[in-house]
Amino acid sequence: MSVAREASRAIRVTLVLWVLTAVIYPFTMIAFGQVVFPFQANGSLLTNAQGQVVGSALMGQPFTSDRYFNSRPSTTRYSTADPKKDEAGILKTGVSGASNLAPSNPALLDRIKGTVDAEPEKAIAGDLPRLKEAGIQPTADLVYTSGSGLDPHITPEAAKAQIQRVAKARKLDTNRLEIMIVQHTDGRFLGIFGEPGVNVLKLNLALDEMQTKS
Amino acid sequence: MLQGWFQIALTLCIIAAITPILGGYMARVYQGDRTVLDRLLNPVEGLLYRLTGIQTQEAMTGWQYARAILYSNLGMALLIFLIIANQGWLPFNPTGVGAPTWDTVLHTTISFITNTNQQHYSGETYLSYGSQLWGLGYPMFTSAATGLAVGIAFIRGLTGRPLGNFYVDLLRSITRILLPISLVGAIVFIAAGVPETLAGTVVIPTLEDPTVSQAIARGPVAHFEIIKQLGENGGGFFAINSAHPFENPSPFTNLLQIVGLMAIPTSLIYTYGIFANNRKQAWLIYGMVLVLYSAFILVVGIGEYQGNPAVNALLGGQVPNLEGKEVRFGWAQSALYAVSTTGTMTGAVNSLHDSFMPSGGFVTLSDMFLQIVWGGQGTGTAYLFAYLILAVFVTGLMVGRTPEFLGRKIEKREVVLASFLLLLVHPIAILIPGAITLAFPDQLGGISNPGFHGLAQVIYEYASAAANNGSGFEGLGDSQPSPFAIAAGATPTTTALWWNLSTCFSLLVGRYVPITALLLLADSMSRKQPVPLTTGTLRTDTGLFIGVTAGVILILGALTFFPILALGPIAEAFQIAKGIG
Repeated sequence: MSVAREASRAIRVTLVLWVLTAVIYPFTMIAFGQVVFPFQANGSLLTNAQGQVVGSALMGQPFTSDRYFNSRPSTTRYSTADPKKDEAGILKTGVSGASNLAPSNPALLDRIKGTVDAEPEKAIAGDLPRLKEAGIQPTADLVYTSGSGLDPHITPEAAKAQIQRVAKARKLDTNRLEIMIVQHTDGRFLGIFGEPGVNVLKLNLALDEMQTKS
Repeated sequence: MLQGWFQIALTLCIIAAITPILGGYMARVYQGDRTVLDRLLNPVEGLLYRLTGIQTQEAMTGWQYARAILYSNLGMALLIFLIIANQGWLPFNPTGVGAPTWDTVLHTTISFITNTNQQHYSGETYLSYGSQLWGLGYPMFTSAATGLAVGIAFIRGLTGRPLGNFYVDLLRSITRILLPISLVGAIVFIAAGVPETLAGTVVIPTLEDPTVSQAIARGPVAHFEIIKQLGENGGGFFAINSAHPFENPSPFTNLLQIVGLMAIPTSLIYTYGIFANNRKQAWLIYGMVLVLYSAFILVVGIGEYQGNPAVNALLGGQVPNLEGKEVRFGWAQSALYAVSTTGTMTGAVNSLHDSFMPSGGFVTLSDMFLQIVWGGQGTGTAYLFAYLILAVFVTGLMVGRTPEFLGRKIEKREVVLASFLLLLVHPIAILIPGAITLAFPDQLGGISNPGFHGLAQVIYEYASAAANNGSGFEGLGDSQPSPFAIAAGATPTTTALWWNLSTCFSLLVGRYVPITALLLLADSMSRKQPVPLTTGTLRTDTGLFIGVTAGVILILGALTFFPILALGPIAEAFQIAKGIG
């Protein structure tokens, strides 16, 4: 077969398959998703009573104060930025990312332990001292950063370790908080696959909602 | 801990249960037998054949088959390159992203057309929805189908049949296998929470501090996600791939992803059994790979479960290593995913391999060095049989019999092709660029983790490129600044330029040289006069022979790459045991 005929056949196959797999297939799926599952297809966005979007059911948000159950440490701060000082352009597109620190990297231990330095700007606060100061018994998920930097969950143990602190700040009964944690725990699939996790954003939204009502 | 092993074992059972079903179906598809989808697909394929001008009856030789692959892949690569390079003005660009640097576009194009999907880009900040839909979603089908076609042509040749027609195999792989499963899978993914929208990023005030805003990246992800897994592609819609809650929102989607990426390479071994009319041999080979695969999972799982001793000491108890892992997957699903994705050459990640314990680095690297712990789409199965041919040759020498495989003599040409493609090409594509990079660590390296782990980062990147895997020790500085950053004044770096161009060498050599060699090997096997089976024939469907094959694989793989493993992950393990910092 001549080069020209071989090439023309390759080009025709390229274009026909492109229309099939890159145009017909995706746009059929987009139309299907928008019509049949509009909530999931648009990012599982949660709205408040006023109809404003407050977050995604699948994505975590940063929480560090004592009024809220705290989320995991994140290298991308859960894709957040101050809109007035967003030089990195995070809010244009959203970001995701991990530390990629090797287990043998001393920087990993520094981040967890914290460091002291003559110049205060160079010192690292450290996850352990932070948790200790907050009176939270440290768990693995609260000192290790997540894979996506957007992890919506903490382990049930990590949530339980924070009950006292939140109960004190909000003047709530600890039993009530325990029940709420169970209500917002996503279990294993079929009770077998994966690990249970407490959805931090949904739990904290429920806390706020309960207290504005009463 | 037992619960973790139980969920892993159950996943393996599901995969093994699918094997005969999908394997049998694929055999019918490629033998041209009747299948359930005939009534629907025959007219569609008829139309596609007319539009493309494919002559379905035309048989190809090994060279013609390889030439058709090269021509078609070149055409596809040009199309993808043009789409990404022009994304700035093409439609479906809600974030208004400009074109990435030329070397990023080139690397991305080559890495996707070779079924590798290394991410030297971040989906959110480098690419428009248009590029993801038209530029990346497209080769996810065609490169997977190319691999499948090679695998099937190889099986045909080995079993004494003509190789077939590349374009027919390419088309049927898409219309009968990849596309129907993707349609169903995409719907399930959408229902499970994976977005599928053309709407742009949502920016909202956060709950705790309304002066700080969160940006929620979205896009047409679901249809992309299923073919990413099924086709062993692995390139994520978002920077952080299947760890991102929108790509892989729950343990259910995670199970689906693992089954998706394992389905075709496992089933193809069964397909071979039907073609060779020797299912016993197929199951024996399957068992051999399964044992290796399970052993690898065990090594990674134990390492991650036991965690990092230095951190355990700080926390006052043994906890799993959750650095770079998501709570919903935990140590067990992360370990299982890591072994599966590197073994099958998918390269998607649900946790970050760079932060795994050294045992994780050891196994993921070994997976990519061996290339047969299921292996790449189509090509992995072919490698497996190339190893079998070498094992026949070695045992033939040991017992003094003429080496024969499936009644065909293994002669000089076959041994040269098999050993060339297994023993030479892979190490060349990994070790030579690796050595150059390590000679100039400051100028070219971009290494982010100090010590022994840094060496592993460099070798991992080339192994991932040469094996067409696509995962990475992602701390490595292999990315140019994003189009937004460049518009804001950032300058491209030499390090990223070097990585983009040097991995292109490994990608191309690791893909097209072995494919050509496999097709020539299949061609020469198919032309041989079958020798009748006698009592003197060395049987290749016995446990003993498969055991020898496993030995050949481990010795060849280990001897070639053991020094790297010793200097990288093994040394790192000793370093950690001694105490860091």
